[in-house]
Amino acid sequence: MKGFYSRKLHSLLGIIPLGFFLLEHMITNFSAVEGGPEGFRDAVKWINSLPLVLALEILFIWLPLLYHGVYGTYIAFQAKPNNNRFKHERNLRYTLQRVTGIIALFFIGWHVWETRIQVSLGNVTHEGLGKWMHDIVTQPVYFIIYLISVIAVSYHFTNGLWSFMVSWGITVGPRAQRVSSYICMGLFVIVAVMFTWSLFVFRGVEFEAGGTAMLQTLKTFIG
Amino acid sequence: MAETTASKKVKFIITRQDDPKSPSYTEEFELGYRPGMNVISALMEIQRNPVNAGGKHTAPVCWESNCLEEVCGACSMVINGKPRQACAALVDKLEQPIRIEPMKTFPVVRDLIIDRSRMFNALKRVKAWIPIDGTYDLGPGPRMAEKKRQWAYELSKCMTCGVCLEACPNVNDKTNFIGPAPISQVRLFNAHPTGEMNAEERLEALMEDGGIEGCGNSQNCVRSCPKGIPLTTSIAEMNKQTTKHMFKRWLTS
Ligand code: HEM
Ligand code: SF4
Ligand code: FES
Repeated sequence: MKGFYSRKLHSLLGIIPLGFFLLEHMITNFSAVEGGPEGFRDAVKWINSLPLVLALEILFIWLPLLYHGVYGTYIAFQAKPNNNRFKHERNLRYTLQRVTGIIALFFIGWHVWETRIQVSLGNVTHEGLGKWMHDIVTQPVYFIIYLISVIAVSYHFTNGLWSFMVSWGITVGPRAQRVSSYICMGLFVIVAVMFTWSLFVFRGVEFEAGGTAMLQTLKTFIG
Repeated sequence: MAETTASKKVKFIITRQDDPKSPSYTEEFELGYRPGMNVISALMEIQRNPVNAGGKHTAPVCWESNCLEEVCGACSMVINGKPRQACAALVDKLEQPIRIEPMKTFPVVRDLIIDRSRMFNALKRVKAWIPIDGTYDLGPGPRMAEKKRQWAYELSKCMTCGVCLEACPNVNDKTNFIGPAPISQVRLFNAHPTGEMNAEERLEALMEDGGIEGCGNSQNCVRSCPKGIPLTTSIAEMNKQTTKHMFKRWLTS
């Protein structure tokens, strides 16, 4: 496939479906803030009750993610960042878009292994995911990794939305691009806060329901 | 010749290279300050008296320049980290020591001389001209609206200097991206009432490998262009037109 089309596909997949899935994921997690363990369990249940859920997952998550992630890594390593010479906001965002993409690659790989694949392997049930997440994010190192990663991915998606609108010729002039930048950064704050908030809630005792002794100790350690 | 102000000195650190294949090195020069001196006049002085800061006789530094008024683009080089025209770089406005390097995005021929062929090849590739040659007189072409002429004139100021390619993080030896300048030229020639007749050919050239998809929106180009050309607006506009063209081709062929 010629570069033009493969790059257009990469750009499109970043929004449809990946961006939409990210927002959906954000809302699912936020149900933990609103409805506690019960709310989260119901949200997970609702998604898994969708018809043909595995086919939906493959078509709208796995394949797009694989394509966008692999091609995105290729794009990221083609760049020669020059932020020391050209110190302005847009150039910084350009580099951050690539750095957060690579963070997303590692984080999503690890996160999928820890959650979705563990469910497939039968090590955890959909109902047990709330406590499972609690056990992970109450460990300080993992919590920090999650915190950095959700903020990085939120940035990658929202700044990506800004550049998507340029790449498809939706925002053409400088004023349009400036306004869309404000909107996208507003969206960044909302998405990052909602993911972070859910992370903190997963650390709460109501998600505990009997953790292991070691985790209990860790919890008292970090308060 | 202006009088040298005896005490004041200007120091230059110049990145040099003897031929396209040999490694580069830096050499320092110290010149007497003259009011109003610029980087080209300093290089001319080094050429007249090629003695480096250590007092050693050396080969004169090579560079290119023509117009000496920032319209030809030949003297583009990296001055204190920024790609720009040496003839318009006043010493009074530069921090010292003044560091001068060639624009290494392009192949270095010698010292500060670079080979900008890739830019001219890119202009050929996107057909940045208006084909009116034929066997008979075609008569006057259609008129251009004044409003359009005004913004098109801004785009026509491009002097193919290469500064925007040097500033772009996506123009490098790992990609074949043609860079911002030729993309903006497609917008210019597609806006022309006669040039418009070949608009699709130029759009298709931008959709070839190394074309418009190479842009990653760092927007360094628009901030570096000495002519103030709205490069990012041109790129976004061409993104729009190539996208439209893509759908049109799918739906009508
Ligand atoms: C899996 C690892 C990922 C990598 C390595 C990656 C890499 C990249 C890179 C390098 C770009 C810049 C492309 C350009 O400037 O043209 C980009 C753009 C983008 N990414 Fe990702 N990405 C990843 C995951 C994601 C995810 C999960 C989402 C969605 C939530 C996403 C959404 C976007 C969007 C919307 C764009 C903007 C597209 C455009 O500029 O046209 N990416 N990605
Ligand atoms: S667009 Fe500006 S920076 Fe780029 S080549 Fe033309 S004049 Fe130079
Ligand atoms: S000599 Fe022509 S731009 Fe400097």
